[in-house]
Amino acid sequence: MSMLSFEKKYRVRGGTLVGGDLFDFWVGPFYVGFFGVLTIFFSLLGTALLIWGAALGPTWNIWQINIEPPDLSYGLGLAPMREGGIWQLTTICAIGAFVSWALRQAEISRKLGMGYHIPIAFSVAVFAYIALVVIRPVLLGAWGHGFPYGILSHLDWVSNVGYQYLHFHYNPAHMLAVTFFFTTTLALSLHGALILSVTNPKKGEPVKTPEYEDTFFRDTIGYSIGALGIHRLGLFLALNAGFWSAVCIIISGPFWTRGWPEWWNWWLDLPIWS
Amino acid sequence: MRHETFRKTTLSLTVVAAAAVLAACENPANMEAEQLGWRGVGMEQVTNRKLEEALRAANQMPEITPPVTPGGPRAGDLYENVQVLGDLTITEFNRLMTAVTAWVSPDEGCNYCHVPGDFASEDIYTKVVSRRMFEMTKTINQDWHAHVGDTGVTCYTCHQGKPVPEHIWFEERGGPPQAGGLAASRAGQNLAGPQVGLSSLPNDPFTPFLLGEEEIRVIPTTVLPEGTNPRNIMDTEWTYALMMHMSDGLGVNCTFCHNSRSFFSWDGSPPQRVTAWHGIRMTRELNQVYLDPLQPEYPDSQLGPHGDAPKANCATCHQGVHKPLYGANMLQHYPELMAVTRSGQDEDMRAEARDNGAGATIGSAAEEALEAARHAIDAMDEAAEMAEEDYADEEDGDDI
Repeated sequence: MSMLSFEKKYRVRGGTLVGGDLFDFWVGPFYVGFFGVLTIFFSLLGTALLIWGAALGPTWNIWQINIEPPDLSYGLGLAPMREGGIWQLTTICAIGAFVSWALRQAEISRKLGMGYHIPIAFSVAVFAYIALVVIRPVLLGAWGHGFPYGILSHLDWVSNVGYQYLHFHYNPAHMLAVTFFFTTTLALSLHGALILSVTNPKKGEPVKTPEYEDTFFRDTIGYSIGALGIHRLGLFLALNAGFWSAVCIIISGPFWTRGWPEWWNWWLDLPIWS
Repeated sequence: MRHETFRKTTLSLTVVAAAAVLAACENPANMEAEQLGWRGVGMEQVTNRKLEEALRAANQMPEITPPVTPGGPRAGDLYENVQVLGDLTITEFNRLMTAVTAWVSPDEGCNYCHVPGDFASEDIYTKVVSRRMFEMTKTINQDWHAHVGDTGVTCYTCHQGKPVPEHIWFEERGGPPQAGGLAASRAGQNLAGPQVGLSSLPNDPFTPFLLGEEEIRVIPTTVLPEGTNPRNIMDTEWTYALMMHMSDGLGVNCTFCHNSRSFFSWDGSPPQRVTAWHGIRMTRELNQVYLDPLQPEYPDSQLGPHGDAPKANCATCHQGVHKPLYGANMLQHYPELMAVTRSGQDEDMRAEARDNGAGATIGSAAEEALEAARHAIDAMDEAAEMAEEDYADEEDGDDI
């Protein structure tokens, strides 16, 4: 595969975390590395397990395929393959693949001599997944608290777990997470619209500079965060969205068993007025 | 230096906030979980062992009064003015009276329901009320097997040593009037309601659903909107308020009776939902036939802010437990309660309630309350419409 003209200068040796020079090569445009090999291994094994699970199940309908976690009675032990064992192994594979991918990103960051922003950002998403299938189940004492792997089935799980706490919108961390998700999309839409505008000027006019961007926002909302700042803000908002999502599910069960509306009693019970 | 102070302040504020948040949470070491559905569906009940212990301690069956030997003269023959307990023998009658005193008025004693020195006298409202309560208990145990099973109920189920059961309800009628315009009424919602799981949903879902017979189901049965389902999101909030009450009153979550992927579908629902369905009908009958019509008997001090009689909801019996007294079969120890004779008037009232269906025996006060609730909702709609019109007018003005 041909290389882009500027690509050569980025294909530098070294910066690996594990494996030294052994896996330090590219296949076509893709850097491999030790963690690339691990990612491939875990992804293929995990996918094969899912297909096996689907084959054991009642349907090949892509929406309805469902790989369930074990019954709560298995606690934190291993379950037979057909009764949740596949889910357990798939979970190990998924975490292996996600973590390997993050570490591969770290290796690439080192090669490029840049910061670890990308692996750190991706780690927050991985943390949210681990919160759902490891941290919360371990805190509650059974792998069966994890969510099932299936397009519709995982939505049923989300719905039911929400209703275990009567009204999930009262979960304070859920409130934060939702707010951060919406704000992320708001910021992204403002930023995206701005970039599309400045890069698509009227025919015959040159592409606009950041000064135009700043002016637009100073005129409309009185403040412009700037070309670099918007990316910092975006990162902050997006990571908080993922982080508070993880918190909101970890606290549901391990740290609170009643309806979420009741949690807010601390406010009603403040000694100032109660 | 200022930077240092800022850092210190931020740090200490963070620590205080974190401590406050932690203090508001429960200890994860105490958690226990029960699976309620197929694995992976997320139908579970997570409970806190510490809270559960306290609840269990508060909901224990009291000591059983030693049973009496059968036989002997009828109470109705020997005592004066015994209307519903006349078929009991003297010894049974006295055993029941002693037990009821311990269950309902342990501190007040016999004189809570009897005029001292004249036990036959009707000059005390509590006697009239308790007579109806005996009939009500019989009705629950005899006619509502679908809800109470063989376990049944006794006076203690609700009273638990208190003359007035801890969990009762009165009509709210949209709450007190407030400012004008959109803020004129909060339509009985938007404040943390202690009867609806402390949510801000409509605070009194009982008047429409447990006294009236408003339709609880709101989910359409067609995939696409076909205009056949008149229920809107506001109706849904009333339904949710009732459901919050049921959850809270029974100490369970929504998945105890529902798979939330499809609340209305009976196929996916645990069997407890059937019991609950009968429970709603039972509570309606109790409120319509027994509790609401007792209104004229009570002194004002026992009535609600709108002058209505105290009524029952799910929490009245359940008291935060999915089976009252954790399913202890107390009734079997008190066969006297099943020997109650219901009056002819009682039979008529029950028959009327069942024959006529919707709202047949709702008292006029209850009808008014229902009307008031509907009114509050209409007023909100109107105010919203007016606000919209005003807005439209203003926009027109701008054009000129």
